[in-house]
Amino acid sequence: MAQFDVGKIPVRQVSTGQRIVLFFRKNSWGYAFVLPSMLTFAIFTFFPVIWSFIISFQDFRPRGGTTWNGFDNYVKAFTTQNNVFVTALKNTAYYAILTVTANILIALILASLIQPLNKYAQTFFRAAYYLPAVTSAVIIAVIWRWMFNTQWGFLNYLLSLFGADAVRWLSDPDIALNSIVLSTVFTAPATGVVLFSAAMGSVPKDLYEAAELEGAGPVRKWWSITLPLIKSTTLYVVVLYTIASFEVFEKVYVMVPSGVGDSTQTIVTQIYQMLYSNLNYGVASAQAIVLFLIIATISVFQFKFLRSDVEY
Amino acid sequence: MAAELVNVKGRTKAVSSIWWKVPLWLALIITTIISLFPMYWLFVTALTPTKDTIKIPPDIIPVNASLDNFNRLFSQAKYYSNWAINSFVITITITVFHVAFDTLSGYAFAKKKFFGRNVLFWLVLSTLMIPPHVTLTPLYFVVQNFGLRDNLLAVIMPGTASVFGIFLMRQFIQTLPTELEEAGRIDGCSEWGVFWRIIAPLSKPAIGALAIFTFVRYWNDYLWPSMVLIKAPSQTLPVGVASLQTEFSTDYGLIFSGASLAALPMIIFFLLFQRYFLEGVRMGALKG
Repeated sequence: MAQFDVGKIPVRQVSTGQRIVLFFRKNSWGYAFVLPSMLTFAIFTFFPVIWSFIISFQDFRPRGGTTWNGFDNYVKAFTTQNNVFVTALKNTAYYAILTVTANILIALILASLIQPLNKYAQTFFRAAYYLPAVTSAVIIAVIWRWMFNTQWGFLNYLLSLFGADAVRWLSDPDIALNSIVLSTVFTAPATGVVLFSAAMGSVPKDLYEAAELEGAGPVRKWWSITLPLIKSTTLYVVVLYTIASFEVFEKVYVMVPSGVGDSTQTIVTQIYQMLYSNLNYGVASAQAIVLFLIIATISVFQFKFLRSDVEY
Repeated sequence: MAAELVNVKGRTKAVSSIWWKVPLWLALIITTIISLFPMYWLFVTALTPTKDTIKIPPDIIPVNASLDNFNRLFSQAKYYSNWAINSFVITITITVFHVAFDTLSGYAFAKKKFFGRNVLFWLVLSTLMIPPHVTLTPLYFVVQNFGLRDNLLAVIMPGTASVFGIFLMRQFIQTLPTELEEAGRIDGCSEWGVFWRIIAPLSKPAIGALAIFTFVRYWNDYLWPSMVLIKAPSQTLPVGVASLQTEFSTDYGLIFSGASLAALPMIIFFLLFQRYFLEGVRMGALKG
């Protein structure tokens, strides 16, 4: 019996040097494979994020003489130029609430409408809705700017057919932001349609058959079966669109390059101007961190709110 | 009794399907027209001589179509071909690096065991929540003060890998059976050989989706290129097209000829690889 006593088996001592060699033999390929992307990640994401956070607490001077200034940049971020950033926050929230709601509803409806069609028709409509999404936001904005033209634009021409007066779509401060919202709503929510229709396609058919036997109509089936079963996709799409709408920039900047007063300023156009035109690194960083905090808070809230339900 | 039931059921079905089909197709066709009209208008305006673009009523169908705007574009916007070349150079370089780097690390995160793997992966993934605008300040400072302005590398380098690509490749490679790699090793493949001969070929669907989306994303990218590519000859198509608006303010024919040429490669690309695009979106590959 004694010869099987584990404690008495002589263990060969491993030196530190051998241990290091062993460690590298075991791990080196893993490290080698992640190294290139981790270098890019470290240099262009991780390090700049931390640096930006530091800059947001500094009076940053590119040519030397940088000093710490506590929360000054955050105070300035909100108060500079007659509180324009506060207006930008409100505008962005307004844009986000309207476009996210509209996009989600339209995507759900379009995806539901193409669901009963045959495979080829489904593919056709998905592709048709997706086409504008492969075009640069800059070009989409150039097109809409022309369609919104007060004198020769297509939209005012349409209105004139109904006898309506010309609308100053992009030059009236009370209308401009709504026009930008309109241009977003009128472009089909491509990703939403594709994701929703994929999710709807994977709902088990026998659930619908069971509901039909109990006398449920199409609307009832949609409300009680389709919607609950695609909830995780809905969550994903809502978060995706919310983030994208809070980061809205190209559309606004290209459609109304110098803004219509403050009425079309958004968070990112402010950050852009603060950095690119004013070279104010500290305040630009502070405003970018504010954007991050807003997006993080909303995402967490959306996850909590939309997730907590029963899993099917 | 049974026959009657079938009969009744068949009739209600037929009625309800006509009841639903007409408004359904109508709704689909109308929304498609609304959604595609701006794209149509882009090409119509590009083909309409500028003097005909500013009249009421506008030509809904380009009856006076000519390529005059395109001729003027190339003679008056003299850097347009530079923009196109820059766009191609930047987008292709980024896509090649992106696919290589993301696939390699996606494989390592999915299959390789190394010290600190999970911590590193979650660290990388957690930055997905951070908007890219946070990194603008330090990167802009570096570009401004180390002579990288107007240098294509300032746009290319930050784009050589992405958290999203790493995540996508990891998720895909995780589903590949590990036995294949082991079989490869037994047959004498090196670690590199396992990646190159087994993992990479099997990952083609994910690599295709990643390549397509990277290409579209950087072809259309505006914010960062517009900050660092200042001189006209160094700019990309989106930056250049946006600048046409200020340079040729009301010459809509010319602006739109430039815009339509910039949009055309992506549209053709999409029509050719449409299936992979839609498949890629389903893999969770792009917002937009």
